Amino acid sequence: MKKFAWPSAILLASMPAIALAAGAVEGGAKQATNWAAIGMFVGFVGLTLAITYWAAKRTASAADFYSAGGGITGFQNGLAIAGDYMSAASFLGISGLVYTSGYDGLIYSVGWLVGWPIVTFLIAEQLRNLGKFTFADVTSFRLGQTEIRILAACGSLVTVAFYLIAQMVGAGKLIQLLFGLDYWIAVVLVGGLMMIYVTFGGMKATTWVQIIKAVLLLSGATFMAGAVLYKFGFSPEALFTKATEVHPKKLAIMEPGTLISNPLSAVSLGLALMFGTAGLPHILMRFFTVKDAQAARKSVFYATGFIGYFYILTFIIGFGAITLVSTDAMFLDGSILEKTKSGIAAIKGGSNMAAIHLANAVGGNLFLGFISAVAFATILAVVSGLALAGASSISHDLYGMVIKGGNANEQDEIRVSKIATLVLGVLAIFLGIVFENQNVAFMVGLAFAIAASCNFPVLVMSIFWKGLTTRGAVVGGFLGLVSAVVGVVLSPAVWEVTLGFAKGSAPIKLDNPALFSMAIAFAGIWLVSMMDRSKRAAVDRDGFDAQYVRSQTGIGAASATAH
Amino acid sequence: MSNLAKIERDPNYQELVRRRSSLGWLLSAIMLVIYFGFILLVAYAPKFLGIPLGSGVTTVGIPVGLSVIVLAFVLTGIYVRRANSSYDVLIRKIVEENRS
Repeated sequence: MKKFAWPSAILLASMPAIALAAGAVEGGAKQATNWAAIGMFVGFVGLTLAITYWAAKRTASAADFYSAGGGITGFQNGLAIAGDYMSAASFLGISGLVYTSGYDGLIYSVGWLVGWPIVTFLIAEQLRNLGKFTFADVTSFRLGQTEIRILAACGSLVTVAFYLIAQMVGAGKLIQLLFGLDYWIAVVLVGGLMMIYVTFGGMKATTWVQIIKAVLLLSGATFMAGAVLYKFGFSPEALFTKATEVHPKKLAIMEPGTLISNPLSAVSLGLALMFGTAGLPHILMRFFTVKDAQAARKSVFYATGFIGYFYILTFIIGFGAITLVSTDAMFLDGSILEKTKSGIAAIKGGSNMAAIHLANAVGGNLFLGFISAVAFATILAVVSGLALAGASSISHDLYGMVIKGGNANEQDEIRVSKIATLVLGVLAIFLGIVFENQNVAFMVGLAFAIAASCNFPVLVMSIFWKGLTTRGAVVGGFLGLVSAVVGVVLSPAVWEVTLGFAKGSAPIKLDNPALFSMAIAFAGIWLVSMMDRSKRAAVDRDGFDAQYVRSQTGIGAASATAH
Repeated sequence: MSNLAKIERDPNYQELVRRRSSLGWLLSAIMLVIYFGFILLVAYAPKFLGIPLGSGVTTVGIPVGLSVIVLAFVLTGIYVRRANSSYDVLIRKIVEENRS
């Protein structure tokens, strides 16, 4: 099987989840069964199943199923959004990246965070005022329902599918390492639990699973970072000094390294990170779970705070691992250590295990079990959120709006959604097993690129530009989607690493296509809309004023139906 | 849609739109400048970020990177504060005046 270098893996994928898959692949061997971890994990699953049971009894209407009845508060939703975003990969992957490359990890953290302010300023409130269950409610507000719903469903499903596969493979590898379970058992377990949460508990259960996990992850990471700083008398300088002494790259870990070398590539990656966030369907869906625009706005504020805080913690955790893990023979693979003489390269299970080993180093076996269980819980929660977003797109956008023309029976729509969840779950398990030994790192990069090049341009233009027409949105959106996919396939990451063509032969040198695929999408939307003289175009433009008033004031917005 | 025309003529509405969009786009532009400024520093001046602060090993890059994270949060906070204190008041007025 193709082995790939860890830095190129993270660069190419450049998103949460990546890394996870990457390092775990290198890891290979199973760990001994960790009973403390399994015990805590069983406790978590028991709790979440109880919540699902509670949520199932309160989930009757479509609004309950898709948006938890609009009864989530701004603070709770902030935690849930942060939970959706802090995947196991951003926890293990970023701390692993800091562990191997130091400062470069911070560059990624920054990129993942800066999309949130943009969401707050331009999207969150408008989204809540205009939509009901999915972001396609917003893009199709004044445009042709059928075409726009199909476009949005394609954008959502493709994004969700790639993200989901990457998470499943990462989950299987990680659980294999953490708990000593077989790969296929791990994948079936994740897929099965996800189907239970989503089909029975809908958005209510998914949200609470996410909130609990976010609290556990933030507390665990806080404890670890605190313990690391405690060992160095709460002096970051002392921590950095020790790290630069023991790391083979020495002082180079304190400045940007080789991960970002080509400026164009850096900007393109930055665009994908920033605007991809604003186009992820499972994140956008969260804004419909709150009462009104004010709560939507507050929830992004809390989410930005939690995510920013979390990334600062992962940076400390990564440096903590350099000082405490790479210097302790207990966490190192003796044979690799002999060959490379580097504690960093010799870490057992690959660099993604840095945070996990650090948990053991600062808190012993019990805390190791806790962090392992939290990592598993994290995967479960993220996968559930993704599945719910995909299923909603199928049932609400495709079945309810396209096939039934907006006249679907509510109970039928929920039933379709549950069936879609089961199909997605089975498919995710199947693909997870198929892709076990493949390099799936590029898939998350692809998901972000598509979100930034198809979902985001159509969404932002539909909210702010009166001239947008149905034809313009469809042509531009699909152009963005296709150019993002083609751009990823022709990039060094897939062309050379995954497909195995000669090094340097990739037709497109950018690791992420966002720079040109976003430009193509926006240009396509603008040009086609400007030239559109159809009857439909007149209707589209006439509808803008009413939409704008509602997006600004919330008058007529879907009201909350909290219990 | 006479109600729509009425809202559009409402001075409170016009003030809301003017203030919210100017602040929203302004803060977005600031965020873009900060972030892409950081990315361009990483791409073109990595050595600048590697200059040590004082005599220690901590480099310029550490506070610069951390402040991008903190600023993202602060900008979001500024928007939310302004929106909570003034936009919501305007929206409430608009809704009350235009109740049909």
